[in-house]
Amino acid sequence: MKIKKLDLSEENVEFLVKISDLSGETVTLCEQCGTCSGSCPMVSEMDITPSQMVRMVQLGESEVMDTKAMWLCASCFTCTVRCPRGLDLSKIAEALRQITLRKAVDYIDIRDLSKDEMKRLPQIALISAMRKFTG
Amino acid sequence: MKVPYYPGCTLKTKAANFETSALAVAERLGIELVELPRWNCCGTVYSLADDDLIHHVAAVRNLIRVQEMNAQGLVDDEYRLVTLCSMCFNTLKQANVRMSENPEDLEKINDLMYLEDDYEGRVEVKHLLELVDELGFDKVEEQVKNPLEGLRIAPYYGCMLLRPTEVGIDDPEDPQIQTRMLEALGAEKIENPYRKVCCGSYQTVQDKKVVSNLAYDILTHARNAGADAISLSCPLCAFNLDSRQREIKEDHPSFREIPVFYFTQLMAMAFGLSEDYCGFDLNYIDPEPLLSAKGIIGGSNGE
Repeated sequence: MKIKKLDLSEENVEFLVKISDLSGETVTLCEQCGTCSGSCPMVSEMDITPSQMVRMVQLGESEVMDTKAMWLCASCFTCTVRCPRGLDLSKIAEALRQITLRKAVDYIDIRDLSKDEMKRLPQIALISAMRKFTG
Repeated sequence: MKVPYYPGCTLKTKAANFETSALAVAERLGIELVELPRWNCCGTVYSLADDDLIHHVAAVRNLIRVQEMNAQGLVDDEYRLVTLCSMCFNTLKQANVRMSENPEDLEKINDLMYLEDDYEGRVEVKHLLELVDELGFDKVEEQVKNPLEGLRIAPYYGCMLLRPTEVGIDDPEDPQIQTRMLEALGAEKIENPYRKVCCGSYQTVQDKKVVSNLAYDILTHARNAGADAISLSCPLCAFNLDSRQREIKEDHPSFREIPVFYFTQLMAMAFGLSEDYCGFDLNYIDPEPLLSAKGIIGGSNGE
């Protein structure tokens, strides 16, 4: 079997390094075993699985920014405690969210909530959502 | 025993029943939870980006308050900080762990808050369940005057009490601490694997459907395993599993509603305390019909 070395473009390497720095995680450690995707309570709602998200980051594919998996991550740390390579995917998802939020682009607008929802939602929900979805 | 206590935002409003029940049962156990003076929001979620130190300032400032309480004699050489809310617990503890493992980060935060005393890193963040565990569940059992016999409770942990492992209070894959509590209270515990599955957390704000779907799975599994009710320790889990039953019912008309308790409400009932401490009016699904049916309130042994 011939093994072909992957050559990433400069641009792709830059994206990989950026996410690695922001997350503090050695993203290249992932072996694509899929434990995270099998454990994720949100996976059925996602367009790509957590392991696909990590794979795209490994390859420096900034197209991952167009997916919504990172926004559906609830930072529940289930993948974190199960990853056999010791990767913290919740930090990788946070890094991806931060790329958008730090451009002052919010993912939610709290003003879209109905009056009924505003009345029902406890502070703990509103504050955590604003911390995760707004810059 | 006087112990510093951090309430957090929701414990003063929508989860006030968690606080009133907790303070009352703690007192019975000889624990006086002394509210942190001038506490501020913990941040609710721990910032996961590596360079985002500014969001740990809020958590660390609360830890400094514990030092002040000791200096002012409000507590006596007591550096354990007790929380009730699982999210506050997780956020404060993760920030504390980061400060103890990264002296450079701590130095930066201390420099930023130059008007405050430096944080010395002595505080230990504890969840009330842990504190009671340290005290011994036999002490809980001693206080039980109205055992929750026949009440089948599924403990629910969610995420923030268990994960990540460095801050979790129990085995993240096989937590038992609430089971020991329920046994002490005389309730019948119903184990089910969904007890550690995330309720969807803050996703409830951006897409309530995602959360009501998860809540439906969690509650249906508990019900199918034989549970009459759920026990938990997080106001956000409580909202998602209790209040979102309104959305579940819209999607699944045959869904049988199931009451959701804070574990301290169950303790208060078992300790024979007045229902006033339980604040059941703040529970979305009224647990009183179930408690009456089981003879826990009303009748001869309730008040």
